[in-house]
Amino acid sequence: MAEIKTYTMNFGPQHPAAHGVLRLILEMDGEVVQHADPHIGLLHRATEKLAETKPYNQSIGYMDRLDYVSMMCNEHGYVRAIEKLLGIEAPIRAQYIRTMFDEITRILNHLMWIGTHGLDLGAMTLFLYAFREREHLMDCYEAVSGARMHATYYRPGGVYRDLPDEMPKFKESKWTKGKRLKEKNAWREGSLLDFIEHFTEDFPQRVAEYHTLLTDNRIWKQRTVGIGVVSPERALQNGFTGPMLRGSGIAWDLRKKQPYAAYDKVDFDVPVGVTGDCYDRYLVRMEEMIQSNRIIKQCVDWLRKNPGPVMVENHKVAPPPRLEMKKDMEGLIHHFKLFTEGYVIPEGEAYAAVEAPKGEFGVYLVADGTNKPHRLKVRAPGFAHLSAMNEMVKGHMLSDVVAVIGTMDIVFGEIDR
Amino acid sequence: MNKPQTTLARQLQDHFGDAIQSVSTACHETTCVIGRDHWLDVCRELRDHPDFHFEQLIDLCGVDKLGFGLSEWKTEEATFTGFSRAVEKLGPGRFTWEERPREKVKNRFVVVVHLLSLKHNRRLRLKCFAPDEGLLIVPSLVEIWNGANWFEREAFDLFGIIFKGHPDLRRILTDYGFVGHPFRKDFPLIGNVEVIYDEKAGRVVYQPVSIKPRVNVPKTKRRDSRYLVKGQETC
Repeated sequence: MAEIKTYTMNFGPQHPAAHGVLRLILEMDGEVVQHADPHIGLLHRATEKLAETKPYNQSIGYMDRLDYVSMMCNEHGYVRAIEKLLGIEAPIRAQYIRTMFDEITRILNHLMWIGTHGLDLGAMTLFLYAFREREHLMDCYEAVSGARMHATYYRPGGVYRDLPDEMPKFKESKWTKGKRLKEKNAWREGSLLDFIEHFTEDFPQRVAEYHTLLTDNRIWKQRTVGIGVVSPERALQNGFTGPMLRGSGIAWDLRKKQPYAAYDKVDFDVPVGVTGDCYDRYLVRMEEMIQSNRIIKQCVDWLRKNPGPVMVENHKVAPPPRLEMKKDMEGLIHHFKLFTEGYVIPEGEAYAAVEAPKGEFGVYLVADGTNKPHRLKVRAPGFAHLSAMNEMVKGHMLSDVVAVIGTMDIVFGEIDR
Repeated sequence: MNKPQTTLARQLQDHFGDAIQSVSTACHETTCVIGRDHWLDVCRELRDHPDFHFEQLIDLCGVDKLGFGLSEWKTEEATFTGFSRAVEKLGPGRFTWEERPREKVKNRFVVVVHLLSLKHNRRLRLKCFAPDEGLLIVPSLVEIWNGANWFEREAFDLFGIIFKGHPDLRRILTDYGFVGHPFRKDFPLIGNVEVIYDEKAGRVVYQPVSIKPRVNVPKTKRRDSRYLVKGQETC
């Protein structure tokens, strides 16, 4: 009788620990993974092709939907590519707003990551804690753009509008009234900046809470220490970026090395791992949240003191103010042309990258002198990370596959595009 | 060949000479076009030589040049006849498979690679044209940068570019059993097939696509005074 040595196992695409629609074909020897073959593309929406049939500005909303837990960072990559081709630069206040919201986004993303990563490895509580903080940041998104997630807030030449002077408050209801209502609205008495400041003062204690739950936790360490080790050489070979690269001990951060927006004007540190295992990457991301908090604080201070325009005055690219459009013939023409035809980008190509929470998010844009891109290529960090799946899980147990998926921080919106 | 403007462009030209076809700089980015015969040698040298040291392949993608710079809207003379008559039934998103554009374009498919050097903190864009006749074969970079694996699979899937020497060239993003290369400019935006649940058969089946192509904003080329700012460097 033939002896069966390995067998093939199907993991996903409908598996709660697969973080979306990942289908893994695992070649198993007992409980040890011999080979992993990820099948992706189940969420492929051809974003890049859709963008080719739309004026430039109409695709900003698609960018939110790529990596749907770090929305504004994706927008940032896209508008930066356009700005590069047009040769325009956003006003300094818009740059600070972008920096602040990029960091808010980083915290949003890392909270989502720590919540689900913890949940996958059996730490239930953290998920609820992380979502409690996420809610505040979502409210910032909503206050500034009107949408909790898919903001479409960044525009070529700046941001859609200035920060609001008022933070929306909770209304009295059957369940929220009296003292409870007052508590819930305590941070919301002032402007958005006041709200964010309250958050930044509170947040370090919250991260400390997460640390008490996980960092010295015996089970957590058993599940993450020495799992999915990536050497610095292999990390570079596989095209790793962001925390995946820094976890392996390479101090590379686009915010420091190729600064954009206002990153060269704020003070922050870049945490780096030592061994390149899941635990190191966990520590790197936890520290990144604290650093992001620092950056947000500095941005809040700056934004308080320095009012100014948040959009370029060039009305060939950015729409004129509503009032001007009503009164001025030229304003009306600009408005009409921008919202029917859009603007034309001269022939050329550009690649713009930002340090998204997951790694380098790049946009390669080929313009052909029309109002639509000829080709848009989105370089998603998760795509490169997931391609190293086989290498990272080979020889590990089945349960470690879940830890590795978690540590990669994959989101299928960006991988499948 | 253009006059090299950056240190990197100069270095490339001095080091490789005739092995590279052209070097150009725009938007502070250096682009280097390499022939298929020298593709692997130059790339290996770019990775290993201390002057270049591009240890990371950041991105690899295909680009289809068909319909480049095409204007759908006759803006000059059609203004008086109205929008519907001014737009031709062409252009991205506005045709079905039967109506697809069939003209021949020279150097239609190109593989574009973005490299990053951590040591020198700089980027480089490489281009390699696929042959116009026969199969679109370009040598694979997987040996040099392992991270190219999935990127090449993607370019194969979406554009049909075949990477010679790739260890596992399968489709990656499209459905199992998909026919065609969807990101080619002659592939309709609406696709060719759609899936529905067939009650009688009790399973999901494929059928010809039932939606109509519909793109509201025409692709318009303009070179008027609005976009020609004097003294401003266009990329």
